[in-house]
Amino acid sequence: MAKRIYGVFDDEEALMHAIPLLKEKGVVCKDVQSPFPIHGIESLIGVPRTRISIASFLYGLTGTSFALWMTWYMMIYDWPINIGGKPNMMFYMNLPAFIPVTFELTVFCAAHGMAITFLLRSKLLPGVTAPIPHPRITDDKFILHVDVKDESKVNDVAALIKSEGASDVLLKSMQFS
Amino acid sequence: MSGNHEAVVRDPLILGKKTYHQMTEDICRPIEGKANKYWWISFIVAFVAMIWGMTCLAYTIGTGIGSWGANKTVGWAWDITNFVWWIGIGHAGTLISAILLLFRQRWRMSINRSAEAMTIFAVICAGLFPLFHTGRPWLDYWMLPLANQFGSLWVNFNSPLLWDVFAISTYFSVSLVFWYLGLLPDLATVRDRCVDPTKRFIYGIISFGWKGTARDWHRFEEVSLVLAGLSTPLVLSVHTIVSFDFATSIVPGWHTTIFPPYFVAGAIFSGFAMVLTLMIIARKVLGLQEYITLQHIELMNKIIILTGSIVGVAYTTEFFIAWYSGNGYEGYAFQNRAFGPYWWAYWSMMTCNVITPQLFWFKKIRTSIMATFIISIFVNIGMWFERFVIIVTSLHRDYLPSSWVMYSPTFIEVGIFVGTIGLFFVLFLTFSRLFPVIALAELKSILKKTGNQYKKKGIL
Repeated sequence: MAKRIYGVFDDEEALMHAIPLLKEKGVVCKDVQSPFPIHGIESLIGVPRTRISIASFLYGLTGTSFALWMTWYMMIYDWPINIGGKPNMMFYMNLPAFIPVTFELTVFCAAHGMAITFLLRSKLLPGVTAPIPHPRITDDKFILHVDVKDESKVNDVAALIKSEGASDVLLKSMQFS
Repeated sequence: MSGNHEAVVRDPLILGKKTYHQMTEDICRPIEGKANKYWWISFIVAFVAMIWGMTCLAYTIGTGIGSWGANKTVGWAWDITNFVWWIGIGHAGTLISAILLLFRQRWRMSINRSAEAMTIFAVICAGLFPLFHTGRPWLDYWMLPLANQFGSLWVNFNSPLLWDVFAISTYFSVSLVFWYLGLLPDLATVRDRCVDPTKRFIYGIISFGWKGTARDWHRFEEVSLVLAGLSTPLVLSVHTIVSFDFATSIVPGWHTTIFPPYFVAGAIFSGFAMVLTLMIIARKVLGLQEYITLQHIELMNKIIILTGSIVGVAYTTEFFIAWYSGNGYEGYAFQNRAFGPYWWAYWSMMTCNVITPQLFWFKKIRTSIMATFIISIFVNIGMWFERFVIIVTSLHRDYLPSSWVMYSPTFIEVGIFVGTIGLFFVLFLTFSRLFPVIALAELKSILKKTGNQYKKKGIL
């Protein structure tokens, strides 16, 4: 199993600058932890584009279908009532009155489905202990995760990361899911 | 999302010499330090008001809604006025965080967190009124589409009041999720700074184990963007549906097609006024003048001019159409609004909503904090009167002159309203002591583009 070490950078620009140079020298950059989103970092460390918006669309579609089925079942099929003379013989006649609820349920399912998916996929739940290699990771430090296959070369790689602008390199072992 | 280019002619949004660490320090200070005198005074006042409101609410439940001033002609009064007022205030938060995110307005980042919190608290206050105006709040679950054996038929999906149930609950829950997801990284910041192990444990639980990896941030940004895209039509739909409560009825003065856009503009108008009222105090008390700058206040004032003018045009259009339609009842309703027994409410509304915001055309007034604060209070009052005028003046004289009555509130109704204001401030003050009031992570990402010491303002 590869040994993971953590390069600590003080500035996101230094980190962005160092990653391509380190990769050229054969260093395996696996991940980055930062206090705020760094734009363009995804392509440097090979994070694929998320499909969460597609998931959201599908949840929304589920909400729309559910709302249409529900209003049809309750108002047209199960217990039709003449309310203020509004036509309820056929679903399409009464449909305009059902649009607001359909819209709200679409948004409800799309938003909550996506939020839950995000939390589960990123393993963010109450009670999860965050793996924090450096205490100022959510303040002003930027951490580069590097995998070293050959344990004997850990010190060489650490020196290399330092020479590319890291202020420190941490050699502790952390459990990352 | 914030990767777009920042024009050199723009003024910096973050003043002072800030580093990332300094920003963390500044924004975590209100959470980590002790509350000052002003905080305690406002908290106690708000708390007493809240308790008073709860007492009045308890009395209402015990006695029934006959303890309110509503009568058989004016069936909706303060209760629905307050509901619509609070819901309107609850529109600014989502507008700031969703619509301004889609328009890539960076200045929203200093105010979106507290505006979203304000939204949630305002919707809580708003929600109390429909829940309690049923008179039997323990049967409120009848509003949900439950099967017949629960005691009622299916709910009526033709009714705008039911659309409201769906709209408000969707709006509340989606805003809550939007706000809370945005809070996660900042709660993690607080967690990692905690010295006390108990506090660290609690912030650890509520920050869901946020670790800030590149994957997390990538998904986080996508989720924020899509939630913004979903919330934008949602926020417009909510007040549209609230306006349907009136517009789909056949009461003169209510049955108009202008209501949805007019209500939405009014909601944004009053919401921004409330954001200004709160922010002007909060920036001072929490020492955040370098993050919520005069420029932020000026930009919000410009939105107030825009929405205030839309509301003004809507008032005029309503009046014109009431005459132009040739409908006698409609015409009378409007003539009665302006010159009938409730003329003072109508003209208070006109003064506060149409005239005072126009003062913001003057740069001197727009950039004066004191003037902004006073005008924002005026707008809050004016928007309350708008709902009062719409509801009470239309109801108190309609088709049957023998039923014409006057309406005045009882002290119970007034107490409940004061109580919701208390509740709102109790929640907001607690929030300002427990959560970062500024979206810290988001703001850090724009420091190098709009920070004072990074930005060299160019001359074109």
